[in-house]
Amino acid sequence: MITLYDYELSGNCYKIRLLLSILGIKYHSHTVEFYPAAEHKAPWFRQINPLGQLPVLQDDDYTLCDSQAIMVYLASRYDSGNSWYPRDDPQRLGSVSRWLAFADSITNSASSARLVEGFFYDFDAVACRAEAHRLFRILDEHLWFNAKSGHHWIVTGDSPTIADIACFPYIMLSEEGSISRQDYPAIRRWSDHVKRIPGFTVMPGIFPAGPAQ
Amino acid sequence: MSLCNDPVIRNQWHVICALEDISPRNTHTTLLGESVSFAANTDTTGARAWRTDAPDTSLPVTCAYGYLWTCLGTADKPLFALPEYAEADRRNVCAATVGVRVSAPRAVENFLDMGHFPYVHTGILGEQPHTEVREYDVTVEESTNDVIATRCRFYQPMAAAGADGGMLVEYIYRVPHPYCSVLYKSCPSDESRLDVIALFVQPVTEETIRAHALVSVIDENSTDLSIRMFQQTIFGQDKPILENQFPKRLPLDPRAETPIRADKSAIVYRRWLSDLGITYGVIPAAA
Ligand SMILES: N[C@@H](CCC(=O)N[C@@H](CS)C(=O)NCC(=O)O)C(=O)O
Ligand SMILES: [Fe+2]
Repeated sequence: MITLYDYELSGNCYKIRLLLSILGIKYHSHTVEFYPAAEHKAPWFRQINPLGQLPVLQDDDYTLCDSQAIMVYLASRYDSGNSWYPRDDPQRLGSVSRWLAFADSITNSASSARLVEGFFYDFDAVACRAEAHRLFRILDEHLWFNAKSGHHWIVTGDSPTIADIACFPYIMLSEEGSISRQDYPAIRRWSDHVKRIPGFTVMPGIFPAGPAQ
Repeated sequence: MSLCNDPVIRNQWHVICALEDISPRNTHTTLLGESVSFAANTDTTGARAWRTDAPDTSLPVTCAYGYLWTCLGTADKPLFALPEYAEADRRNVCAATVGVRVSAPRAVENFLDMGHFPYVHTGILGEQPHTEVREYDVTVEESTNDVIATRCRFYQPMAAAGADGGMLVEYIYRVPHPYCSVLYKSCPSDESRLDVIALFVQPVTEETIRAHALVSVIDENSTDLSIRMFQQTIFGQDKPILENQFPKRLPLDPRAETPIRADKSAIVYRRWLSDLGITYGVIPAAA
C-alpha cells in the first residue's frame, strides 16, 4: 500500500501524483496542509521527514522523502517497461540524474518566487526570478537543440523520463511567481508534449493540453 | 506604491488576517498600499492593529466571521451583517488565504460568475457540456443597498467537500461590500438549509490582493482539513485565470468590455461600484 504525504497546491507533490497516474499506480493521499497550517513543520511530520518538507512517500514499511528520489524509486520498482528511469543505458541514466538536480534548482528559484507571491513567504523574489530565468534559458536552449534533432524530451531518446516530470510543475506554475515564459518557445513546445503523455493529470494552476494542432 | 485616496474605500472595514493565524508576535501585511502591523492582545478586542510606521496609534479593529478587519480612514458604519455565522450547528472554517495579482473588484466579479465553472473548476463546480448559465435575477436591495442575485442554478459534479455526487445547485449571491461577496448555495446534506461561502478580499494595492475565504456549512462529516483543501483547490484554479485578466483594474465604463455571456450580475456590480463612486481598483467610467 502506497501513501503519499501530499498537498494539492505543491508542485513537488504534483510530480509524484503525475508519475503515479502515468504509471497507473493506486495510492492513498494523506493531506498535509502546507499553507496556512504549516503542518509539514509539525513535530509528527518531522518524525517522518526531519527536513520538514513535502512530499514523502510510504510504500508498506519503506519511507522516502524528496520528490526526485521518490520518482527514481517508483520508476525503478513499478515501470515494467524500464523507460521512465532507463537503468540499462548508462549515458541516458547519467543525463536523467543531471536534470533531476536541475529540477531541484527550479524548485529553489521559480517555486520560491511563487511562495512569496501566493503564500507570503519572505524570500528575495527578485533574486529567485533572475535565477529562474537563467535556468529556463539553459533548458530552453537545450530543448531547442534537441528538437532540431527530432527529440521531444529533456533526455534524448524515444520516450520521456522522470526528468521531464521533475522539471514540469514549477516551470508551468512560474507565472504565479511573475516569471513569464514568453521568451522560451522550446519550453512551450516541450510542455505541450508532456501534457499529451497518456495518464497526464493537472493541478490547480496547470491546464490540460489544448486541442491537437 | 501609490496610496489610496478613494474616500469610500478608505472608510470601509477591510479584512487583513484569519483570527486563528494571529499570534502575540507582530505580523505585517499591506492594506491599500500601506504597511499595517497586528498582534494578538489580551484585552477585550483580542487583537490590536497599527500603521507599521506609527506604532503608538491603534487602528480600529473588528473581529468578525473568523477574520480581523481594520479601517485606515473613518469607519462610518459597522461591518456588514452575516447572521448565519452565529448559527450554532454551522461549521465555520477559515478555509484559504491566497495572494493574487489582480484588483479586488476583478476577484469579486469572478466570484459572481457561474459561467467559468465548467472550464476552470472542471469536475468540481461544473462540467462540460453543462455550460449553460440559466436565466437569473439581479437587483440592488433597497434597504441594505446590497447587490443580490437570485435563482442562479447550475449543475455541479461536486458542489462541496461533503458532496457525494452531482446535483443541480441553486445559488444566491450577495455583495454587501465593494470587495466582499457572500454566496448561499444548496446544502448537500440538508435540503432546507443553505451553505455559505464568503469571499473577503484584502486590497493589498490596486492590483494585488489577498483573497480570504470563509466556509460556513451544515456538514457533520467533513473534516476541517477537507473543507479547507476543497476551497484551496478552487482558489488555486481561479488564480491563473484572474492573473491573466487585463487590464487588472475593473473597467466600469459599460462599453469597455464586451461580455461573453449575459453577465447580468457583472453589469449590475459594475454599475453599483460606479454609483458608490469607487475609484480604487477600477478604471472609472468617463464622466
Ligand atoms: N528537494 C525536495 C524539495 C521539497 C520542497 O521544497 N518541498 C516544499 C513543498 S513543495 C516544502 O515542503 N517546503 C518546506 C521547506 O522547505 O521548509 C523535493 O524535491 O522533494
Ligand atoms: Fe472560480
